[in-house]
Amino acid sequence: MSVLIIIASAILSVAAIVALWRVVRGPSTVDRVIGSDVLLTTLTLVVGTEMVATGHTRTIPLMVVLAATALLGTVAVARFVTRPEGTATSTAATGPASAQPDDTEKGMS
Amino acid sequence: MVDAEPWASILDIAAGVLLVGGAILSLAAAVGLVRFPDALSRLHAATKPQILGLVLVVLALALSQRSWAALLLLTPVIVLQMLTAPIAAHMVGRAGYRTGDFDASTLVVDELAADVADAGRSDLPGSSDPIDRPVGDAARPGPSEEPPAEA
Repeated sequence: MSVLIIIASAILSVAAIVALWRVVRGPSTVDRVIGSDVLLTTLTLVVGTEMVATGHTRTIPLMVVLAATALLGTVAVARFVTRPEGTATSTAATGPASAQPDDTEKGMS
Repeated sequence: MVDAEPWASILDIAAGVLLVGGAILSLAAAVGLVRFPDALSRLHAATKPQILGLVLVVLALALSQRSWAALLLLTPVIVLQMLTAPIAAHMVGRAGYRTGDFDASTLVVDELAADVADAGRSDLPGSSDPIDRPVGDAARPGPSEEPPAEA
């Protein structure tokens, strides 16, 4: 049992580090959002694993809050991600500074 | 952790196996984040542990606690995650489409191409779709033309 918990913790640590690497590397804002999503999901799994390991249930409300609010940051960023006008389709890199939603943009999202 | 009752030991081991399963799903998402080429492919990998991985860990927690109160607290975790995870994935997918961060030749169906042509956004992928529509009509408001697929 404790061996399985140690294995699960090690795997979750590797997953969190790899997701953080994707958040740092990008290259686009969408990639960073996806990486932060995976990081937050991994954090939720770590909270659950820690409760199984130590046998308490005090952090279940934290899991509830994480499950309910995980989409807020994702939606807020994804809502305003766009490419600057006139760039080629193949260029994926865009930054928060270039996000300028207009009326058409609001209709699209 | 071996209890005097045989069932307790079996349930603890099952909880550990479920934990490892959820962790492996999370690791699979991380590997997909690194190895997949574009944002939409990475989104496909990233959404796997959001539901199934969390369900496995919550099941492990329920098996290790073995109380109705814990199960009552754990049910909203799954319900809320099942409500919110598709919304987030949908929004990120739309953003990934809009930034053109995908290989358009791998698409089987591009259901957003007609909408992009409707909105007159020639800079977006799919605007070269041969659908014969008036493009760039500024007098027509975009949101009212959106099909019900928006939801």
